[in-house]
Amino acid sequence: MRGYALYLFKRLFQFCLVVFIGINVTYLITHATPIDPVEQTITAATAFGTTSPEAIAMMRRSLQDLYGTGGSGFDQWLAFWRRIVVGDFGPSLSAFPTPVSTLIRRALPWTAGLMLVATLLSWGLGNLLGGLAGYYRRNRLLKFAGIVAMGVHPVPYYIVAFVLLIIFGYLWPVLPITGAYAQGLQPGFSLEFAGSVIRHSLLPTASLVLVGIGGWFMGMRSLVSNVVTEDYTVYAELAGVRRRRILGAYVMRNALAPQVTGLAMTLGAIFNGAIITEQVFGYPGLGSLLVAAVHAGDYSLVIGVTTVSILAVSFAVLLVDVLYPLLDPRVQAR
Amino acid sequence: MGPILAVEGLKAYYQMRYFGTLREVRAVDDITLEIQRDEIYGLAGESSSGKSTLIKTIARAIRPPLNVVDGAVRFDFAGQGPRDIYTLSAPELAATRWRHLSYIMQGSMNVLNPVRRIRHSFVDFAFRHMSLPMPAFLRRVEEHLGHLSLRPDVLESFPHELSGGMRQRVTIALATVCRPDFIIADEPTTALDVVVQKGVLEMIRRLQREMGSSVLFVTHDMAVHANLTDRLGIMYAGRLVEEAPTRALFRQPLHPYTAHLIRSLPRIGDDTPRHGLEGRPPNLASPPPGCRFHPRCPLAMEVCQQTTPVMQELAPGHRVACHAAAQGILP
Amino acid sequence: MWKILRDLLRYNWEFTAGVILLAGVTIVALLSFVSPYPPLDVYVVAPDLPPSMEHWLGTTSRGQDVFWQLSVAIRNTLAFGIVVALISRVIALAVGLFAGYAGGPVDRLLMSVNDTFIVVPIFPILVLFYFVMRDQMSWGLLALVAACLGWAYDARLIRSIALSLKTREFTAQSAFSGMNAGEIVTREHLPYVMPVVFTTTMNNMNWSIGLEVTLSVLGFTDVNTPTIGGMIYWANQHAALVSGIWWWIAAPVALVIAVFVALFLLAVSMNEYIDPRSRLARMGGG
Ligand SMILES: Nc1ncnc2c1ncn2[C@@H]1O[C@H](COP(=O)(O)OP(=O)(O)OP(=O)(O)O)[C@@H](O)[C@H]1O
Ligand code: SF4
Ligand SMILES: [Mg+2]
Repeated sequence: MRGYALYLFKRLFQFCLVVFIGINVTYLITHATPIDPVEQTITAATAFGTTSPEAIAMMRRSLQDLYGTGGSGFDQWLAFWRRIVVGDFGPSLSAFPTPVSTLIRRALPWTAGLMLVATLLSWGLGNLLGGLAGYYRRNRLLKFAGIVAMGVHPVPYYIVAFVLLIIFGYLWPVLPITGAYAQGLQPGFSLEFAGSVIRHSLLPTASLVLVGIGGWFMGMRSLVSNVVTEDYTVYAELAGVRRRRILGAYVMRNALAPQVTGLAMTLGAIFNGAIITEQVFGYPGLGSLLVAAVHAGDYSLVIGVTTVSILAVSFAVLLVDVLYPLLDPRVQAR
Repeated sequence: MGPILAVEGLKAYYQMRYFGTLREVRAVDDITLEIQRDEIYGLAGESSSGKSTLIKTIARAIRPPLNVVDGAVRFDFAGQGPRDIYTLSAPELAATRWRHLSYIMQGSMNVLNPVRRIRHSFVDFAFRHMSLPMPAFLRRVEEHLGHLSLRPDVLESFPHELSGGMRQRVTIALATVCRPDFIIADEPTTALDVVVQKGVLEMIRRLQREMGSSVLFVTHDMAVHANLTDRLGIMYAGRLVEEAPTRALFRQPLHPYTAHLIRSLPRIGDDTPRHGLEGRPPNLASPPPGCRFHPRCPLAMEVCQQTTPVMQELAPGHRVACHAAAQGILP
Repeated sequence: MWKILRDLLRYNWEFTAGVILLAGVTIVALLSFVSPYPPLDVYVVAPDLPPSMEHWLGTTSRGQDVFWQLSVAIRNTLAFGIVVALISRVIALAVGLFAGYAGGPVDRLLMSVNDTFIVVPIFPILVLFYFVMRDQMSWGLLALVAACLGWAYDARLIRSIALSLKTREFTAQSAFSGMNAGEIVTREHLPYVMPVVFTTTMNNMNWSIGLEVTLSVLGFTDVNTPTIGGMIYWANQHAALVSGIWWWIAAPVALVIAVFVALFLLAVSMNEYIDPRSRLARMGGG
């Protein structure tokens, strides 16, 4: 038990470190700029013409906190962190006066859902098929699957999403290529709405899974081909333990543990992929929000999305790490 | 009934293809031996002489690059008639293993699945052979663990929670719990301290007597052989060079290499300086011609460099492969 | 060295396929030096022509020849990948070797920082960077930032090798003979990690080229430097797919996929060559 507590403590420390470094990088980038973001943004905002003087004052205050123009460097840094801790990024410029946090709260579930489903699918399928391919080395079908996985895996998310878009949007238009559900549908718990959500999520999910699955497949295959030479597997085979049992309880179980660590390590990259894919398919998550914010020059929103991304990914990593000891009892001894 | 195991002209090589060229390590080269029912047969020889390879081949526990090139391994369990283990089908093999033939691998500390509790290993390995309901089976296992001075709660432990010695004993329990007819043990006591080792050896002896099983016991430790085994085979560079009842072998070794092994045993009150052997064991990828021991043998003659000596029975039950011994020259 | 290459070419289909693909791509890139059109000029040929004998891959809506545009673009994209790989190799080697050699708390601390860079989502940070820099965002700057963000995974790999080297005898011997830490690491350990550095270079180039393509397609880089991503960006701007100018999109997509697959195959085959376990499996499997 003490081992587990120590492990948890270490993971928690790592979580804090990721957040700390990530957000400070954000701070550095925003403060390295030679332009004064506050005045630039205010000018852009007033150019729309509809903003009231109070609104401008409010915006200036939150912008000054976030990008710091007043006070010493340390004060600026503190103010920046305070804003982030309470989750107040001020009003969005492009959707004034909606707070940035509201926009993010609306977008986050789409990204989270897309990522969750795509990650579970690619991780689960990749490990299952890769494990089988490592165990049944001579199976033609699995060999072929390995070659396909190797072919798609190195292509970046954007290109795969884009190719899917071309195929299913132009060459063989059978699937919706934009949005999260059909326009005009009322979001709610209806069968029709759910069906539309699923249909709209197919292409973004497919592109994430296509890219993701290869890495897990190949990782698992090589892990398994090592685990089958480990003494405990050889010994169980020798003792005539049923093959199914060996594959499940010996080979897969042992190979899975490093794949969970691998999952924690790649969540950041998967997140990158998810927001890029969203942009391609006009999926209303953080990715589309981010790109739209850049095009609209919405400073607060860009910072908001970036920091929330860092927080969300680190939290997801922490979650995976916390579950890891369930798979590998040895953690408690380390 | 005949012997429980008959090995005939067995050759097993590690065959490696590396970028198109074949490299062969002849780790087991033309070995013939028999093991009787109800006996402990010891196998000795220095490191890398091919002991493990031989018994892996006997247990049909081989995988590439190790291949059987020639010969037969015939087991005769409980009067079923001798059958070559390499002709058994996969289901037959699975039914034989652990029920009739069990095997303790070298490095037996690492054979337990690291992510499962010990109890699962016993269930996986032995349950289907015992035709007992689960609670009774577990009680039997606990009782058996007791013979090895292990407490029942090791069943609920993970391997990493046990010491190396405990793991070795768990493995021995795992291999003996079904009371198999033939037990192959490859250095099962090397990680144990002397006291525990003594206990485990006594236990193996006792189990063997009780069950009437045969044991093929491998270790390079001649002292263990002297205390435990009934008969002893000596391996050198992939070949069996001498075989005799253990007492006879210790009293009068006929092969110069055996004599060296026995002389190098520490003896109380004996302070004559012991000579180490000159040279190293040969490279099994290109062993010397003739007698493989000749570059290091104090008795080597001309003929030793050209002709391979064959096994000859020079005394009842005492076989040796040596030109000098055949001419009555004793080491 | 040459013998290894010959053996790899003969017995490893991944390596052979990777080399052939990469050679093809390199030839296309080198052709850019004899391009008949200045790469930055627009409307030098008739726009929207489909592939023909005169314009092998057709022309764009901006009046550029797709083939010659492509050859400049792939040259710049490859150069980007190489520059990022070089810079990030230096960082990864420094951190990895040092952490591995130092061990103990220094190692733990460095690896914590290192893991942070692995975990943190890099894409939004780069977008933020572009957002702040805007017009000052240049090719070189992006390469520098990408290198600063993309070393961590390889540093971890190098560190694990350095860690195992440290326990070997020759390290103790060198320390005994009065070499200081820096000398031991660079003279004794560096040669051992070099093979791994080579394979990670391929993977890192894949990563950085993917990043560059993605950012340019979205218009988040200097889109006036012709790159693969930039080509796709301009094609999208002109709605090339909708108006049926498919060759403008298909050519860069196909070529860049060839690059990814080639680099990946090289990485895989070299990795297999280095890893003693898979080497053993290969010998056994025949
Ligand atoms: N997997 C393998 N591939 C190639 N050669 C091998 C392999 N395993 C063993 N050998 C070689 O076979 C020979 C015999 O090895 P073996 O393990 O049978 O020796 P041993 O007598 O059991 O030694 P020890 O007392 O050290 O266990 C050695 O020369 C060894 O190098
Ligand atoms: S055969 Fe010759 S070399 Fe070999 S052991 Fe006998 S005497 Fe020595
Ligand atoms: Mg051995």
